[in-house]
Amino acid sequence: MKMTRQLIAGMALMVSSLGTAYADYPLNLMKGVTEQSNEIYDLHMLILWICVFVGVAVFGTMFYSIYHHRKSKGHEAAQFHESTKVEIIWTIIPTIILVSMAIPATKTLLTLDDVEDSEMTIKITGWQWKWQYEYLDEEPSFFSNLDAASNEARQVGSGIDPTTIPNYLLDVDKPLVVPIHTKIRFLFTAGDVLHSWWVPDLGWKKDTIPGFITEAWTYIEKPGVYRGQCAELCGKDHGFMPIVVVALEKDEYEDWLDNYPDNGAASYPDGTWAAQAVCTGSECTKDELMQIGETVYTNNCASCHMPGGEGIPGTFPAISGSSVVTGDIEGQIDLMLKGKGMMPAFDQSISDLEFAAVVTYTRNALGNNVGDLVQPGKITELKSK
Amino acid sequence: MSAVVTEHDDHHDHGPAKGLLRWVFTTNHKDIGTLYLVFALAMFFVGGAMAMIIRSELFQPGMQFVEPQFFNSMTTMHALVMVFGAVMPAFVGLANWMIPMMIGAPDMALPRMNNMSFWVLVAGVLLLASTLFMEGGAPASGWTLYPPLVLQTGDALPFAIFSVHLLGISSIMGAINIIATIFNMRAPGMTLMKMPLFVWTWLITAFLLIAVMPVFAGGVTMLLTDRFFDTSFFDAAGGGDPVLYQHIFWFFGHPEVYIMILPTFGVASTIIPVFARKPLFGYSSMVVATIGIAFLSFIVWAHHMFTVGMPMAGELYFMYATMLIAIPTAVKIFNWTATMWKGSMTFETPMLFCIAFVVLFTIGGFTGLMMALAPLDFQYHDTYFIVAHFHYTLVPASIFVLQAAAYYWLPKWTGHMYNEKLGQLHFWLSVISVNILFFPQHFLGLAGMPRRIPDYAVQFADWNMISSIGAFIYGFSQLIFLYIVIQTIRQGTGEKVTDEVWEDAKKHGLEWHLPSPPPYHTFTTPPKVIPTEHI
Repeated sequence: MKMTRQLIAGMALMVSSLGTAYADYPLNLMKGVTEQSNEIYDLHMLILWICVFVGVAVFGTMFYSIYHHRKSKGHEAAQFHESTKVEIIWTIIPTIILVSMAIPATKTLLTLDDVEDSEMTIKITGWQWKWQYEYLDEEPSFFSNLDAASNEARQVGSGIDPTTIPNYLLDVDKPLVVPIHTKIRFLFTAGDVLHSWWVPDLGWKKDTIPGFITEAWTYIEKPGVYRGQCAELCGKDHGFMPIVVVALEKDEYEDWLDNYPDNGAASYPDGTWAAQAVCTGSECTKDELMQIGETVYTNNCASCHMPGGEGIPGTFPAISGSSVVTGDIEGQIDLMLKGKGMMPAFDQSISDLEFAAVVTYTRNALGNNVGDLVQPGKITELKSK
Repeated sequence: MSAVVTEHDDHHDHGPAKGLLRWVFTTNHKDIGTLYLVFALAMFFVGGAMAMIIRSELFQPGMQFVEPQFFNSMTTMHALVMVFGAVMPAFVGLANWMIPMMIGAPDMALPRMNNMSFWVLVAGVLLLASTLFMEGGAPASGWTLYPPLVLQTGDALPFAIFSVHLLGISSIMGAINIIATIFNMRAPGMTLMKMPLFVWTWLITAFLLIAVMPVFAGGVTMLLTDRFFDTSFFDAAGGGDPVLYQHIFWFFGHPEVYIMILPTFGVASTIIPVFARKPLFGYSSMVVATIGIAFLSFIVWAHHMFTVGMPMAGELYFMYATMLIAIPTAVKIFNWTATMWKGSMTFETPMLFCIAFVVLFTIGGFTGLMMALAPLDFQYHDTYFIVAHFHYTLVPASIFVLQAAAYYWLPKWTGHMYNEKLGQLHFWLSVISVNILFFPQHFLGLAGMPRRIPDYAVQFADWNMISSIGAFIYGFSQLIFLYIVIQTIRQGTGEKVTDEVWEDAKKHGLEWHLPSPPPYHTFTTPPKVIPTEHI
């Protein structure tokens, strides 16, 4: 009895704390910032209200009957059944409602499909578990990962309260920067498994499929930061590959493009540059490689092999003390280029510099101390074999 | 309507064999029905425990309990266990118990195969469960097993695929048996159009099973050869296409969801008239609507794939075809409503569950219609909106009606009455908590929360917490059901139940002409009079 009372008290406390804890009860689809998303929103509301109307009619009839036609009230059962007239009526009415839904839906679908007259094209590639953005005909081409703060907080038992992280799980290191009032065509593909690129404010999602290219377009009306996520299950970190689209005024976007650096780092929209150590010349020092390698490890490896390199016994092998990592360096590079089982191939999804850096890092950190290093040029050479 | 004379030749009526081996070797439709139902109930709790793990992790933002990979295994296994281990076997169990008794047959047509299909099912589900303990973990690619992701599964992959083969074989054998029984073993006078709707819906379901299980088996076999024998059916690098798998899967998968809902319709159509004390409003239109839904289920599969980038003609066709399903479904809902209209209703537990089914399934139907519209699906697809949708069509539909069936027929099967008060408690807790559990998921999906994620942005926290609380209450309530079932099997309320159990039930079905509990062998001579009140 005491247990029960405690349980109820706990439950009551939980319910009462709901209002204060986050005070966020989103209910409906967002209108979004494109004509497409607005059309979809309007269609959604139309269909929703039709459903509510039909629901009220059907449930109203049912509950009227449940209330009045009950034995306890002495209601005698009528014995009517089979009426062709009634059956025809209640077949025709839904048909008419469906046709009235199909017409606006078809119209919306046709506009969504029309990629004609686009002014620029961005190729989006889904990887386990990050997005690659390539501006075709322009210079920028980069990867977009979950931001470091979210990544740290989302580890099991991290002890970090997600509410203290701004935009928890919806922030990235390098956002996709696009101009407003421009018809942008997106081409989608994937490097490993299926993903799906979804920003609700744009009004749609599109699957990315390895070996195939699909397309969609957008025309953003309003500058702002729009967030989304991968929507197709793509493995363990499916929940941790967000999308951030920064829409700038056209002139600001031109500035961003002009200032886009040659070294592969992308700028944040506020004009500051992403901090990234880049070695000059073809030879990197071990310190430089280790510094870059740590970031690459955090973004690409830590989610399975764990931030400390201990792995998950039985599922993901440890880096610390691994016979592959402490063994022949070319063996390790070969495995990482080709992938193995659940581990994706990294031959395309990171640069040769990043590849060399992370190989060097894993061999000389996380409890390993092999002492050697590898230069980016060597990776290029091994890849071409 | 006169009473049916059940002529039993008692000299030949022997009881079951003694001991545990009775259950291993039994070819009796009642025993096998019991085995199926007990197994399904056990799997309902196994799958339910997995759901509890999922909802615990999602109770708050942040990762508290499980690794993401294990979380994905849980969503995958929860679905596979519930679909193939709980809902489908439960309906096969009902079919085994009820179809012979409803059509006046002494047993199923193929009793040995009946035994085999049950034990193959057990083997399949155990094999599936064993993957949880394998290197690399259980399959974690969702129950749809989409490549290329599924090919990254560890040691579990071939075992999971073989398990699917076994489950398919079991289902096909069960389906053949049901079709053979219905076509060949009906009592004289039991014409097709006099059969209870449960028998009709199962007949149609059995055809769906035979048509689509081999397709699924073929699809997963292609996964197997892609992984182990260097084929590239689904690998673009070798000239294959990952989307091909999705077409194959959903050609199976869409009829599959109707396999779980058509017998549900059948049970509801059986129970509602009894407690409304009125014949079903439109028997023949219900039969036609069921056939219509079954036919449509074969030609709408790609509505699960609106976002893969199909050509416009494909999108339009699958959108229109899917919308058509609303018509026969609406006919069914109007029919149940009209059956209740001007009846003389009482609200025992089976009726309560059936009414909740009609209402909540309709909500699932509305969201289904919304998602049928391709442009809207571009937003809804792969979010919690669809999680809410299909759970509304499975939990307060299939599960509720299965429990309604248990309350409705347990007194017949055991000869004991269940505790009505506890039954009502179970109903009210279930119906309230299931809505706390799944209704907020509509909001989450619309607000932008994708499905199959182990952790989420903080704006989704409140609804997730409410949903989890609903899940815990719902899960707990099912223990009451377990208690009621066990208590009823033992001695129930102690009240002596009559042959017809429910007022005037004799007019509605042959099973109520038999004693409660029925003898081990029934209708060894066919019944003379066929009840027609349900028509």
